[in-house]
Amino acid sequence: MANRIAVSSKVQDARAESLLRNLKALFPQSALEGASYVHAYTIDTELEAKELQSVALRLTHPVAETYSTDTVPAPGDYAYVIEVGYLPGVTDNVGHTARQTIEDCLGRNLGDGGVYSSYFLFLSGAISEEEAHKMARELHNPLIERATVYARGAEFKVVVPRVELHEHTTTDEVSLDVDDVELTRIGKEGVRNADGTRRGPLSLSLKQLKVIRDYFSSGGGSASGGQKQKRNPTDIELESLAQAWSEHCKHTIFADPLDEVKEGIYRRYIKGATEKIRKAKGKKDFCVSVFKDNSGAIAFDDKYLITHKVETHNSPSGLDPFGGSVTAIVGVNRDCLGFGLGAKPIANVYGFCVADPNDTTELFRDAKKTQPLLPARRILEGVVHGVNAGGNQSGIPTPLGFIAVDASYRGKPLVFGGTVGLIPRKNKGRKLYEKKAKAGDYIVMLGGRVGLDGIHGATFSSESLSGGSPATAVQIGDPITQKKLSDMLIREARDKGLYSSITDDGAGGLSGSVGEMARESGGALVDLEKVPLKYPGLAPWQIWLSESQERMTLAVPKAKWAAFKKICDRHDVEVTRIGEFTKSRRCVIRHNGNVISDIPLNFLHDGRPIEVQMSKKPEVSREDQTPAKLPLKEAVLAMLSGPNVGSISFVSQQYDHEVQGSSVTKPLQGRGRVNADAGVIQPLSDSPRGVVLSHGYAPWYSALDTYAMAAASIDTAVRNAIAAGASRDYLAILDNFCWSSSEKPERLYELKQAGKACYDIATAYGTPFISGKDSMYNDFRGFTADGKPTHIAALPTLLVSAIGVIPDVAKAMTVDFKRVGDLVYVVGETNDELGASEYGGAGAVPVVDAKKNAKAYDAVSYAIRQGLVASAIGIGRGGLAVALAKSAIAGQLGSRVNLNMLAAGAKSPEAILFSESQGRFVISVRRSVQKEFEGLFKGVVLTNIGEVVQDASVSIVLPGAEVELPLATLTESYRSFFSSWGGFASGGKHW
Amino acid sequence: MNPVRNQLKNKLSANPGISNGVKKKPHVIIFSGYGLNTEDETKAAFEQVGATADIVHINDLIAKPSLLQKAQILVMPGGFSYGDDTGSGKAYGNRLKQHLGKEIEKFLARDTLMIGICNGFQIITTAGFVPGALLTNDSGRYSCRWVDLEVTGESPWLKGIKSLSIPIAHGEGKYYLPPSESTLLSKVGGVALKYVKGETCKHFDLPANPNGSLESIAGVTSHNGRVLGLMPHPERAVRFTQLPHWTYLREGYARDGKELPTEGPGLQIFRNAVNYFI
Repeated sequence: MANRIAVSSKVQDARAESLLRNLKALFPQSALEGASYVHAYTIDTELEAKELQSVALRLTHPVAETYSTDTVPAPGDYAYVIEVGYLPGVTDNVGHTARQTIEDCLGRNLGDGGVYSSYFLFLSGAISEEEAHKMARELHNPLIERATVYARGAEFKVVVPRVELHEHTTTDEVSLDVDDVELTRIGKEGVRNADGTRRGPLSLSLKQLKVIRDYFSSGGGSASGGQKQKRNPTDIELESLAQAWSEHCKHTIFADPLDEVKEGIYRRYIKGATEKIRKAKGKKDFCVSVFKDNSGAIAFDDKYLITHKVETHNSPSGLDPFGGSVTAIVGVNRDCLGFGLGAKPIANVYGFCVADPNDTTELFRDAKKTQPLLPARRILEGVVHGVNAGGNQSGIPTPLGFIAVDASYRGKPLVFGGTVGLIPRKNKGRKLYEKKAKAGDYIVMLGGRVGLDGIHGATFSSESLSGGSPATAVQIGDPITQKKLSDMLIREARDKGLYSSITDDGAGGLSGSVGEMARESGGALVDLEKVPLKYPGLAPWQIWLSESQERMTLAVPKAKWAAFKKICDRHDVEVTRIGEFTKSRRCVIRHNGNVISDIPLNFLHDGRPIEVQMSKKPEVSREDQTPAKLPLKEAVLAMLSGPNVGSISFVSQQYDHEVQGSSVTKPLQGRGRVNADAGVIQPLSDSPRGVVLSHGYAPWYSALDTYAMAAASIDTAVRNAIAAGASRDYLAILDNFCWSSSEKPERLYELKQAGKACYDIATAYGTPFISGKDSMYNDFRGFTADGKPTHIAALPTLLVSAIGVIPDVAKAMTVDFKRVGDLVYVVGETNDELGASEYGGAGAVPVVDAKKNAKAYDAVSYAIRQGLVASAIGIGRGGLAVALAKSAIAGQLGSRVNLNMLAAGAKSPEAILFSESQGRFVISVRRSVQKEFEGLFKGVVLTNIGEVVQDASVSIVLPGAEVELPLATLTESYRSFFSSWGGFASGGKHW
Repeated sequence: MNPVRNQLKNKLSANPGISNGVKKKPHVIIFSGYGLNTEDETKAAFEQVGATADIVHINDLIAKPSLLQKAQILVMPGGFSYGDDTGSGKAYGNRLKQHLGKEIEKFLARDTLMIGICNGFQIITTAGFVPGALLTNDSGRYSCRWVDLEVTGESPWLKGIKSLSIPIAHGEGKYYLPPSESTLLSKVGGVALKYVKGETCKHFDLPANPNGSLESIAGVTSHNGRVLGLMPHPERAVRFTQLPHWTYLREGYARDGKELPTEGPGLQIFRNAVNYFI
């Protein structure tokens, strides 16, 4: 019999109040009056009465809480109560911690007895049953959670969400000797079960399946001891190949030939740029490990390297925004832990590309309208909350991030998560940034256990989001399990030299990690029954493919196993030997002694048929939005009041950016707390060296020209880094492409254009790419509220993340005007480039003149390093007007400027204020160094436009116009869009 | 340069306690494990002012409690033990109390110091070493910002400090004590730190009390001030360039032709702890 312990607050409870505030805001018409909150723990095991009491005491704060073991105590006046808990098999971190507390208290393991968390929200007031059900829908996500509404007086049933699988757990042969129609179905919908259902997409093309069929029918996959035998592949072999060849893992679109680019976009434009830059830099090359490990690494000083990696987790975030984004961030943390022999995560960055959260358009994944997409608001709430949980709980500071809003992100949000790491170059003579599993090493799985989580994640992200998207594709990260793993690796095991290789269990789970590491040693032999499971009943192929989180795979030499195991035990981290690396040139999997998979490594990794891709220039470029011709002042205020320019302080303040004590410049800068587009951290407490991080993105330009989009994204990232104190000669970049419908020749044309821009601009600036990732199917195919099919494709988006090293953090720069009387300058040329701008003008998109800009950037870097600059901000979205406004809001100081003298093509007041010409800054300088400062800008366009003043406004003189922008109004507008975004974010962890 | 002298100097600075025959500088044990996460910067702060410090996993202390005998200062650092899953500090605090409660009482019976910072404060309240409870912030949200503090109690940790500004980062930092127990504070401990409107709040136009704490309480003491629990993080405010407005202040120094300071306001707390033993 299951026991239930209910814990409620004895005092005023901010959780309940915050939920109440949210529900009232969502249901302004309802007569909802009050809310109270009770936490419940359901323990699926027999306990003696005495045991139950002592366990309950442990789960109850002695001062602030009270408990009950026989009932869920209800307040006197409630009308309805909603219970929210997880569905069976969904990661329940609270339940997991409660279980540990209970086991610690009882001094014994609970074995198969699970512990499950849920909460009861008692609602008072004259609300209707229908309203209560609507509120329940707001409080849970039916893909991962259950919600039950009880009317007053009803009994609260004890729900035990135990996983009970009745699937068969054997390995099946799959005959590929079928017609093309069936073969295509196997690729798209998966292997057929005995009952006719399908196992979910393999995302293998007909061509790929035929290659696999021919390979096996000619004896490629052997059965025993490597001897050739003609046979059918098994389900696990087919699934392994699908993972290994997936777009997600092999980046086929970037890798395969496209038109005249025979070596593919990645090799020519991305890697090609890096190779050229490194050669040109010669001895000044700072790249150490690029494009070959889980992160890219550059030199920090002569003892340390810094690493960086940015990932996306888009499709799962569309289904479960909280789980998707917590997984995004803890997943990319493992790309840091999995760099070399393990780098310590020292900073997280984030980016959320979403639809306007106030957009209430309903969309459905299926024609019958039974599967609604989550509202835009809940997607944003969820992804914000997920990175909060993942980053804060892991103790990794988050100095930087952004929100970008566009209607094209309504179908699938883009969720970017990045992690910077620090790793010593060497330990006891051993290079820590290199690794190699050796034949004879144990294959060791470290961290969490395996369940059905995330199965088909890798192949799923190679498809668009639709009614058939698998619910098991959603994982929820458990940051604390991972933190324990991180501590034991980075603090102890790494520097004791106890393992020879390590990688993350990410896409494709063990199939991905073991498959990759087997290449280092030359083979692998796995005994799958040894893998610890969350619950029984998984088929071998599911164990092999599961993307259950918080796991890493290591190669541990036999002689080091005992020492390694001991450290794991002390840190309470689960560790299991699941096989051995070999040099058989095969990846062999056994289950209870029977060989169920045996694929040569060369076929697994290189057997994929090359697709020759052809692009086609789109005939009609996408329509630009019609310009909104607001008066100048109103236009400035409207931009500041919008989500693309306005403050996201509600995010910055809830992400810990001070942990690790490394913060130098904050995400919110100046008295007026303006979000910066760059951040500086000091990784080592005893070295003044700093790391500058910045981002650049310009997806809106893709509507007109993806070359311009990519060029502007790089230029913006570089410019933002320069403004914070970095210099071009020690700056690297990362690329994250998010495309849609990428099989279409038109999209491929746009991709090629963007690739070209990457090469051109990166080589012109000498900023090498060190790591990158792409996500090619950010499409939604579903139905509108009136049942019509619809397709939403995300704008071609390139996030560029820059990372640079500076010698002294005391020279770091912020965006706020500092003192009255300082001179204000614009660096760079302002052209008539309003196309796809925030202002909404028609016309040309900004063109990057990298040669010219490079000179300007070097002058700005030098001036900052000489201590001549008081404030600097890159001019970005919204143009000069917005940059001036931001520096003024940040400093809470006015300015008086005359833009009649501004150099170059922009003539109209609109173009001068709102053109988004690249390569520009607004800089303020104290008068005493005016001459020295101006002297540095020979050959660079520098315009003194005015000064910082005490007056409470920004006054701008333009050709034929004047604009007066009161500081208070600017500040209010800037803070307005997300001003009501407080309190509880529904979905996911119930506190 | 004399190599022998240099070696000697290195040796001395590594073991500051053996210099000049003065009283030995203290040894610090910083708890770790299960999601605590500010051990490294706390260790760095203590080492900056001359202490020696070890980060020790709670399971290692449970296995070998005698380790505590070699320490003069115990630190329960900040972090997110057990993810705050069943309530902040609860799971770790219970584990601490169950397995090491008596050993820590013994440790405190000596003339020693202990500090609980942020999650560490939540842990030592749950375990009963300081009075009170830390509840969900009134905003219902995690908050990372700087606060201004006024010292209102006697404690070796706070000697000579009247006020200071350091950061907070927490979701459950609202200090609470039931009225029935408010006399407890005067009996076993005292209010050591209160949130006030000082330099940071004025500069950034922020409210003084960031979380709705009872009487703006940010930190309390027990054992005659030798045990200090506080929500704000002094270890994140040991350098000038950690201040939230240091680039603004830098302009003042630049115009006056002055060198930038190097130290941050939190460092004095660690220096006080070390000086207590010298």
